[in-house]
Amino acid sequence: MVTCMIRLNGVALRYDAAVPARNSATASARNSATISARHGATVSARNSATMPAGSGDRAAAAFRVRDTSGGSPDGGSQDVLRDISFEVAQGGFRWLLGPSGAGKSSLLRLLHLAARPRGGAMEVLGVDVTKARRAALPALRQRIGMVFQDFRLIAHLSAFDNVALPQRLAGRPETQLRADVAELLRWVGLEGKGDVLPQSLSGGEQQRVAIARAVINRPALLLADEPTGNLDDVQAQRLMRLLTEMNRHGTTVIVATHNDALVARHKAPALRLEHGRLVGDG
Amino acid sequence: MAGWWVMAEPRIRDELGLRSALGGLMLPVLVAAMAFLAALALAGALAAAALSHRWQDGAASTLTVQVPRPDAPLPRLQDGPEETRLDRVMARLHASSAVASARALSEEELTALLRPWLGAMGEPGAAGLALPLPAVVEVHLVPSPPDPEHALDDLSAGLEAAAPGTVTESHGVWLERLSGLARSLQACAWLVLALVVGVAACVVTIATRAGLSARRDSIEIVHGLGATDGRIAAAFSFRAMRLAGLGGLGGTLLALPVLIGIAVLVRPFTGEVAGGLPDSVPGALWLCLPALPVGSALLGWLTAQGTVRRWLRGLP
Ligand SMILES: Nc1ncnc2c1ncn2[C@@H]1O[C@H](COP(=O)(O)OP(=O)(O)OP(=O)(O)O)[C@@H](O)[C@H]1O
Ligand SMILES: [Mg+2]
Repeated sequence: MVTCMIRLNGVALRYDAAVPARNSATASARNSATISARHGATVSARNSATMPAGSGDRAAAAFRVRDTSGGSPDGGSQDVLRDISFEVAQGGFRWLLGPSGAGKSSLLRLLHLAARPRGGAMEVLGVDVTKARRAALPALRQRIGMVFQDFRLIAHLSAFDNVALPQRLAGRPETQLRADVAELLRWVGLEGKGDVLPQSLSGGEQQRVAIARAVINRPALLLADEPTGNLDDVQAQRLMRLLTEMNRHGTTVIVATHNDALVARHKAPALRLEHGRLVGDG
Repeated sequence: MAGWWVMAEPRIRDELGLRSALGGLMLPVLVAAMAFLAALALAGALAAAALSHRWQDGAASTLTVQVPRPDAPLPRLQDGPEETRLDRVMARLHASSAVASARALSEEELTALLRPWLGAMGEPGAAGLALPLPAVVEVHLVPSPPDPEHALDDLSAGLEAAAPGTVTESHGVWLERLSGLARSLQACAWLVLALVVGVAACVVTIATRAGLSARRDSIEIVHGLGATDGRIAAAFSFRAMRLAGLGGLGGTLLALPVLIGIAVLVRPFTGEVAGGLPDSVPGALWLCLPALPVGSALLGWLTAQGTVRRWLRGLP
């Protein structure tokens, strides 16, 4: 576990990541100029406690999906996804590409454990979610950050409370989380808008609140569904830098997008979906 | 008011917006009505129990024996003295092992008993038709005679044989009927109480379901962020507990003057020495009444827990 400061556009964002050892070594070597890494005790205890013990190859996969179908939004029998198989190593980065309606959001819903897969096998952070007890899933979900395509902010909570929610769920004391939430809001350019309700924010501002909420707990896995859809170019670039920094520090990142320019600028392997089937991996 | 909520809710913030989703007066007012009914039913049950207990104590062991033509002489038994019918009956009574004491009412006592029906006519010396009055013997039985049913039958048969026409009236029969009545009153009261609890649970369930569907989106989001069922259920059940508890308190307070009024009306029948108002409410009721708001709160908590957890099982 490593605590670092990510400096982007002059604003420092302290970032405690769940970092497998082999990643952190290369990461801090590569990025010693921008990232000051220190081994600290101020890391999220939850992540370190529940990380798989690194027992060989099996534990190194963040997602392992085999012959999985499902993704039906209402749990019905009409499967959106069919026979999907892929694997993402911990610390990996994937684009998730495909035409509208291909099933990108549906796949992310499966990976976020918002829908149970039908058939096949699916492992998330070493936990077999097809077999896991229901009571075991909340702890797993707390280690996954998700930026929804439609943001899914809680309408009656302020921007601040929306961002603070994952920390409160993790049981972090109010006095400790205040500074972090304020810092993150400042970083996404929403300084002074902490008290505003989502309905009074622009689409892009809501998306940035959603991004802040997804990363505040330093998740081991970060899923983002069209996270730049409502952002201008500068903000999209900032977001991509945050995502790649988090990725370098061990967070597994999957980003679904239609934004070809973004994909062209950040070369990375891609999962390609078409009509609910995986047609490309790599 | 706001300060009170904060104090009562130090840990759990209103993440799900339940203050508006599970709010309003519907829940507390309905629970208050249920608590009011429960208080009355409880009072009814306790009062019926107390009355039947008292009757049992007083009347279980008394008999009345009526001897018509008490002064008529009977044929002498061998070597026996000259006896009237009453003498023979009294002798039998004193000989019985089931009888603790037997006393013939004096003429004055008898006329006092009959005056309401016969008026002055029945008084000795009054000019009028001299009524042939039977003698009335008040009999106290020993506290617990062996085989009571049998002993009484034997006794009344023996008395009838001694002086034909003698009637033995056991208060036990009336007592049976009275305590049967008291028991069915008690059963009704408990039934009402059970119904009231059931209806209150339904009210809490309906209110909780309404809250769940009003906050479905928020719950799904919080669930997706990794909130446990316990946390979500706690938010609902603390809210339901507080509202139901308040309703229970209100209903109990409303019932209090009614109960004291009833207790005042009932007091003459219980043969209790007139005391202060609080004394006239059965002691057990003073213990049960505070249990109503507490019970309402508990019911609210448990019902909401069950409802929310069942609902949450529909989420992955
Ligand atoms: N709520 C829903 N009810 C019924 N069908 C749905 C629902 N949501 C999605 N679908 C269907 O599932 C399929 C995949 O949808 P999904 O949202 O996963 O696509 P997507 O790849 O994310 O598209 P986009 O790029 O437009 O976001 C679509 O054919 C869509 O019609
Ligand atoms: Mg989508």
